[in-house]
Parts: sequence; structure tokens; C-alpha cells
Amino acid sequence: MPTIEISCVEVWREVSNYIDEVVDPTLRERMQEHFKGCEHCSAVLDGMRNVVRLVGDGQAFEVPAGFSDRLKKRLEEKAGG
Amino acid sequence: MESHVLLACLKTSDRGPSDSLERVQGHSRIREVRLSVTTSPTESRATRTLDQEITLIERVCAGEQQLFYELISPYERSVYVAVFSLLQNEADAEEVAQEAFLKAFSHLKAFRRESKFSTWLIQIAVNEARMKRRKDRKFLYESIDGRHQNEEGDYFPKDFADWREIPSETLQRTELRQALQRAIASLDPTYQDVFVMRDIQHLSITETAETLQITEALVKTRLLRARLRMRDALAPGFDGAWSIGDGHWKKVRPW
Repeated sequence: MPTIEISCVEVWREVSNYIDEVVDPTLRERMQEHFKGCEHCSAVLDGMRNVVRLVGDGQAFEVPAGFSDRLKKRLEEKAGG
Repeated sequence: MESHVLLACLKTSDRGPSDSLERVQGHSRIREVRLSVTTSPTESRATRTLDQEITLIERVCAGEQQLFYELISPYERSVYVAVFSLLQNEADAEEVAQEAFLKAFSHLKAFRRESKFSTWLIQIAVNEARMKRRKDRKFLYESIDGRHQNEEGDYFPKDFADWREIPSETLQRTELRQALQRAIASLDPTYQDVFVMRDIQHLSITETAETLQITEALVKTRLLRARLRMRDALAPGFDGAWSIGDGHWKKVRPW
């Protein structure tokens, strides 16, 4: 049985849930079918995945030099003092 | 007010072993784990087991407060990153991150093991950062500006740049880091909260909803918008400014 077509707008509404795998199996299948034939939606999906990947490894941020030492000192003042 | 809570905690712990320590001492398996907790803070991230962490928590609660740094050390970075992503200011982020750790210290006995300790810390950190942000006038103006207040309507992607792959050398670039930080900073505070908790700190939808006291459906809606905006903010960079060679990134813009 062929899957029921889904519009781009509907795909965009669910694309984040799709990445998080919190869409129901039927919708997932319809979206998969849509991505195969729609390069715009595929680009949105891939771009969003890249965003998630880029920020997800935490490498976008640097902890300032000496942060650990200052934190440790402050905790020692509270806990040990 | 915080200092009162902290003092109360210190006084309580000064009284002697708590119930939790008695439980630990009466449990030979955990006792063995206790003895093996000798790793330095830097090593503990890789080697610490859940049992070891629970033991550390119990020891701190029982009065060995000097172990608190060892307990939180593996999470220093993620707490700082969570706070920095919400405040976008190093000095504020450091101060608020320290406050979050102090708060965790004074409330450690309230930690319930239904969640991971790291999650609990992040929840405290996010709440501290949000409080700081609310006090900050700059964000007040942003929130009344009402740019993105309508959460009911659809948000359409603005850019269809084909962004299939990220060259590994690009990831190392400072400008990418800065662009990511700018993109996060450009999000509405309500979207930032959800984005930071879900995609940077990897909290679950449920944990995010609980921390922010909003429904899971709203977490999903805000996350969708945050991710779409992040993508819109970053894709043109990959499409143009950061591309490795000419024509490396194909532009696909239907309108």
C-alpha cells in the first residue's frame, strides 16, 4: 500500500521530532518518502542534523583559563572554611 | 538567603554521620567501592561508576565536604557551557556557574536519585542562569520586543542551502565557534532555554519540560523553532563564508 503523501509544511513542523525519533511510525514512513523526493526538505533535515551535531559535542565553547582553580578555591572557602 | 541555606547544611553535617552514611557503612559492596574512590578529579570522568558517584554524594552529605569538588569536577565544563550559552558573557557565566555549584552543595541532601546527578546539576545551573537573565535589563527588552511571540503559527525555513556535510577542518575554526555562539545568542530566551537543555546538554524532553515547568509539547515546538532558526543562521555561512573552495556548497533557494 503506498504511503499517503505529506506536504513540505507538514514535514517542517515535524522535522525536529523526526530527528529526535519521537514521531509515530506511520508519520516517520511518510516523511522518509517525502525526503527521498524533496531536496528542499532534505536540505532542511540535513542542516538541522548538522546544527544538532555541531553544538552537541560541546566544542563550540571554551571554558576560561583558570576556571577550575577559581571554582575549587570558592568551594573550599565554603566547604572547608 | 543562600548563605543561610548553606550554613544550615554545614551545621547539619557537623552533627555527625547521617542516615545515608550509616546505610553506606552497613553495605559491604558499596564500602568496597568507597575504598576504590581514589582517582583524581581529572581521571574520575572516565573511570567513575554510578556507584562511586553515589558513594561520593553520601560521603559529602555525611560531612566530608572537601570531596565535593571531586564529585562535581567531571561536570564543571557542562555546567559552565550551559550557563554561558544562556548568558553569553564569560564573567557572568563564571559567577553564575560557581553559584550553581554552591547551590548544589547546599542542597545536595535534596538530590533524589530518580535523575542522574549530572542532570540535576544542569537543571540547577539553567535555573540560576535564567534568574540572572531575568534580572538583566537587556533581556527584558528582548522579551517585550515580541519578535517571536507567536508560537502557534508555522515557522518557515528561510534558506534551503544544501548543507550535507561539514568538512572536519571547518569544525576547528574559531569563526565557526563564534558563529555558533552568535546564533545561539540570537535566539529568543525561551528558545535558548530549550535548545541549550536539549541539544547542548542532552537532557530528555521530559527533564527539559520539568525544569522549565512547561509542557512536553511546548518543549518540542520551541525546539523545532530553535533548530530551524539555528539552521537558518548557520547555513548561509556554510554556503558561502566558510566554504572550503568555490562552488563547494550548492545553493538551493526556491524563493
